[in-house]
Amino acid sequence: MSTVDLSVKIGSLTLRNPIMLASGTVGYGNEMAEFTDLNKLGAIVTKSLSLKPRKGNPPQRIVETPAGMLNAIGLANVGVEVFLKEKIPFLKKFDVPLICNIAASTFEEYVECTKILTEEETIKAFEINVSCPNVREGGLSFGNNINSVATITEKVRAVTNKPIIMKLSPNVSYIAEFAKAAKDNGADAVSAINTLVGAAFNIFTRKPKIQNVTGGLSGPAIKPVAIAKVLEISRQVDLPIIGIGGIMDWRDVIEFMIAGSSAVQIGTLNFIDPSAPGKIITQLEDYCIKIGVENISSLIASYQL
Amino acid sequence: MFIINSPLEKIIEINNHIYLLKIFSPELTSIIKPGQFLNIRVSERVFPLLRRPFSICDVDGDHLYLMFNIMGEGTSILAHKPIGSNLDILGPLGNGFNLDGNYETAIIVAGGLGAAPFPYVTRMLNGKKNILSFIGGRTRDDVITYNLKNVKEASDDGSLGFKGNVVQLLEKNLEQLKSQKTKIFACGPTVMLKVLKEFCLKFGFECEVSTECAMACGFGICQGCPIESTIQSDKYLLVCKDGPVFNIKDVVI
Repeated sequence: MSTVDLSVKIGSLTLRNPIMLASGTVGYGNEMAEFTDLNKLGAIVTKSLSLKPRKGNPPQRIVETPAGMLNAIGLANVGVEVFLKEKIPFLKKFDVPLICNIAASTFEEYVECTKILTEEETIKAFEINVSCPNVREGGLSFGNNINSVATITEKVRAVTNKPIIMKLSPNVSYIAEFAKAAKDNGADAVSAINTLVGAAFNIFTRKPKIQNVTGGLSGPAIKPVAIAKVLEISRQVDLPIIGIGGIMDWRDVIEFMIAGSSAVQIGTLNFIDPSAPGKIITQLEDYCIKIGVENISSLIASYQL
Repeated sequence: MFIINSPLEKIIEINNHIYLLKIFSPELTSIIKPGQFLNIRVSERVFPLLRRPFSICDVDGDHLYLMFNIMGEGTSILAHKPIGSNLDILGPLGNGFNLDGNYETAIIVAGGLGAAPFPYVTRMLNGKKNILSFIGGRTRDDVITYNLKNVKEASDDGSLGFKGNVVQLLEKNLEQLKSQKTKIFACGPTVMLKVLKEFCLKFGFECEVSTECAMACGFGICQGCPIESTIQSDKYLLVCKDGPVFNIKDVVI
């Protein structure tokens, strides 16, 4: 029997442990379920959903870079209607909080998506993506504008009682101001960080390695940036933070929690070792036992500056 | 699909830049189909970070063979793995070739390292169908005929076999090919596949093609490997999950 309490709280949502799977790295759960017992996880965040299906960007969408990768998927997704009809039935079979990530091109689309999805009881919370670097409309044009982030939070808050997590962009000078705008307008938490804008060229053809020219950088290369952003928010805003950025093992999870994260999301690692999230949960427990921590939540923002 | 550690038994250099890995893995050999692929984590470290995809080259009893050339850091590490060390393999992935069907002769068409999946295809078809292999490359060093049958060679520079590309070689043999019920199985560079598609549409050949695209995961979650469908224009197919083998008519090459 477990002697360690791994549970954490994100607003009114209690997670059995801090390990969530990041949006865009788990599809709609079915492939991941072959490698990791989804019932063990803290939560799953779906691929970004938009009101209508999105085809996404043309290839090449992905390139590896030192200790990371660039992606420009372009929010390819099945849309809200198909998600509810075809993807939810599979996810319903699991006893794991389902968080829907929503990405939209207009304020109205965010509201419309949330209104429809909030009716589905399987969905326990929303993560609002205002920070995708790979789409022309919406995405970063919202995420870089503090008034847009405030307005979207406020409008989405008005149509759901479920917890709202605003997913913030690291491509700003002061992320804490964005977290504050989210909090002041009714968000229950923020997740940080989305990917960093990056680019890579083929030096022989002089063409960009991905078709979209720029993409979002993820993987261990961005971890120190993510830790710094989490810390910045933690020191300035009293709001739960979900840390994201280059987590490769349990040590990284602990580091994110110490820096101020209440929970974390595993992303790029799922592509490399889709069985890792389950193993990390066991290792977190071992760590807590080893250092005599009874509640993992006591690690949150436990930094000694 | 699953993740498994399987021991590397041998590295065979088949010419100065093409390598074969011999891996002991009854778990995989018992289920893997020709045209499927495996995703290998070449390093525990963060660079190279992503797994590397390799099409299955051949299966012999409990052993499987992978063919590759050294393209960068990842394949270089793989070519120098200690014998006996375990390879971290995720697979089997993708759909594979459909070798069944009402045809008499299988025509294998490959360019360069596109020959990699065909030793296993040849093994599975042996004794069941006639096999003709049309294998091309830029120079004689790039024409890979390892474990293939009834090979006709083509090289761009004429250093081996027919001077020209492999589709021109097919056209040269058109009458012989048209006289029987055939199915083409193809893999190779995009430029080759483009002209092959024109050839197949023009002369009415059925063709399955194995495609390639940069990908992060290999099993559908990263959405990194889209390929345009000729049937449904409002969404992409994924090379890793819907492919890598497609009817050549169904995809934009």
